[in-house]
Amino acid sequence: MKVVLQNLTKIFPSRDKKAGKEVVAVNDFTFEIPDGKLIGLLGPSGCGKSTTLYMISGLQKPTSGKIFFGDDDVTELSTENRGIGLVFQNYALYPHMTVKQNILFPLQNLKGADKLTKDQMLERAYEVAKLVQIDELMERKPSELSGGQQQRVAIARALVKMPRVLLLDEPLSNLDARLRLQTREEIRRIQKETNITTVFVTHDQEEAMSISDMIVVMKLGVVQQIGKPQEVYDDPTNLFVAKFLGTPPINVLSGRVENGRVYIGKDAIMDVKGVENQEVIIGIRPEGFELNENGALRCEMNNVEVMGRDVSIVSTNPASISPCIRSIINADNKVDLANKTVRYNVKPHKVFLFNKETEERIRYEVK
Amino acid sequence: MVDSKQKWKAWLYLSPAIVLLLVFTVWPIFNTVRMAFLENYSGLKAAAGMQFNFGIGNFLKVIEYKRFVQCLKNTVLLCVLTVPISTLLALLIAVALNSIKFLQKGLQTIFFLPYVTNSIAIGMVFAAMFNIVGSFYGTENELIVTAGIINNVIEFFGGEHINWINYGSTYEANMFVMVVYIVWNALPFKILVLLGGLQSINKQYYDAAKVDGTPRRRVFTHITVPLLSPMLAYVIITGFIGGFKEYTSIVGIFGENMGPPNDAGRLNTMVGFIYDALETNSQGRASAAALILFAIILAVTMINNQVSKKRIHY
Repeated sequence: MKVVLQNLTKIFPSRDKKAGKEVVAVNDFTFEIPDGKLIGLLGPSGCGKSTTLYMISGLQKPTSGKIFFGDDDVTELSTENRGIGLVFQNYALYPHMTVKQNILFPLQNLKGADKLTKDQMLERAYEVAKLVQIDELMERKPSELSGGQQQRVAIARALVKMPRVLLLDEPLSNLDARLRLQTREEIRRIQKETNITTVFVTHDQEEAMSISDMIVVMKLGVVQQIGKPQEVYDDPTNLFVAKFLGTPPINVLSGRVENGRVYIGKDAIMDVKGVENQEVIIGIRPEGFELNENGALRCEMNNVEVMGRDVSIVSTNPASISPCIRSIINADNKVDLANKTVRYNVKPHKVFLFNKETEERIRYEVK
Repeated sequence: MVDSKQKWKAWLYLSPAIVLLLVFTVWPIFNTVRMAFLENYSGLKAAAGMQFNFGIGNFLKVIEYKRFVQCLKNTVLLCVLTVPISTLLALLIAVALNSIKFLQKGLQTIFFLPYVTNSIAIGMVFAAMFNIVGSFYGTENELIVTAGIINNVIEFFGGEHINWINYGSTYEANMFVMVVYIVWNALPFKILVLLGGLQSINKQYYDAAKVDGTPRRRVFTHITVPLLSPMLAYVIITGFIGGFKEYTSIVGIFGENMGPPNDAGRLNTMVGFIYDALETNSQGRASAAALILFAIILAVTMINNQVSKKRIHY
């Protein structure tokens, strides 16, 4: 089932009539979610990603714009008639029911032609429980489960009615780091097996990048960029997207373009074509540095963090906007800590130029 | 921990509270038990230097009293009738209040008013509402001024007025008035507790139920009530405890007569029985009755706890 969002806008009226300004939570969001894909809505808190999710679910009504499931206009349809499964951030499992009762609950609500016999319900419940691997916990109460298990129960409860669209609100935020890794693989697997169009919301870029077929980066209600995770990472449209994706984050420096050369301070780090002379913001991915004794970019060495496979060199440069410059290089490179300065060459495809005022990307060709 | 040299200071600071508790709580409890087991104990006789035998005579005497059986029956009947009715009504009103936004605060205040009003005053108003002033069958000298608001309403709909609390009224009519009054009086506290409970239930449970298309009635029985069960248990247990101590409500409506003029004491309760015994300086009998009441409340509370263990979901 593809999901189409058409000029979706949500405006929350101000609470205080005197001082208030209305809040535009989502502004003119248009996007077609292809059938059977896993989509990550990504952005910092307050960017409208959850609001978008709740509008798709029908728990919130859009101020304007339309939502289609396939060819059906569901904008005016109430939540229960949309055929969605929703997993809440804190799971919202009914604490007084066992896992089995929780999973059966949506089925027991079915009416008319959809009504199932008790045996059919149990069969469905066990089927979906097996899918998320909780079939051995069916008699337990939610309070007797770990966070990861509760998460699976919540997914099972959402899947048991065979929804057309599965929606997950911050599915991993309540789990510890190790479980998070495991669970995101699990979500990916379940989505692949069921092939249900899935939308999930996260503020964690790593989470979104690692399992999504496509990511939507949002900021203050406005969609910044939509694309495959690698494409968005390699080709951000503006400084916000570049800064938001990637760990460690991108290094941001101020510099200028003069006669086809990019300068940081006095160092000319690379040559570019087709860019007018101007002040620019330069973003360099941590993996975009190469150690070189005669490298163009000179930085002051701060310290070196060893991570086994890689080493991360923390250095400073007067032109840096971010507090320090962090580069990741192969551990085979010997780094001499005695050196006060470290010199790099940069890899041009890891360097992005942004307009100083608009922070929009300035495209260039490498000479 | 407190330094042992400083311990006397701790005791010093605690002493005002301890002394008060000893004098006004611990000693009376102990003394009640003592008096209950001294046969025919009376404060006056004790002051005159009389000695009393140890025994269970007081208890036997209490149980033999015909009045006591009537008091016990009244008390149990009022409890069994009012606690479920008031709890159910309070639950429905709390749920209704919780689901409206407009006027919620105002209505909340109105529902809470009886709680801050003197129950004797409320009783007098109720008595006036149910009262017949003058006589129906009366002599020429007696004028029927009014049959009371309730009877006026009944007559308006073509019914016949009922003698609720006056001379010659039936026991059933008396009990009906009492039940209405006690339920009305018990509502505000219960509504307040249940409304507080409702407002602390996570809204996401309701969102989840909505996504699953749960019918309203099922949301109420399968989500609201179970999640409210700790509050419900609290309200029911305190309701029973309060119900067994019912006294002022009867006074409020029937006065110290504890019944219609032709049958004084007909609606007396356990606590009323204890007060009566005290008035005749039979502290032994009063203490025995108080201990019996305590035992009943303890037993009912334990049963309540046992029953609710399986049904409460904390």
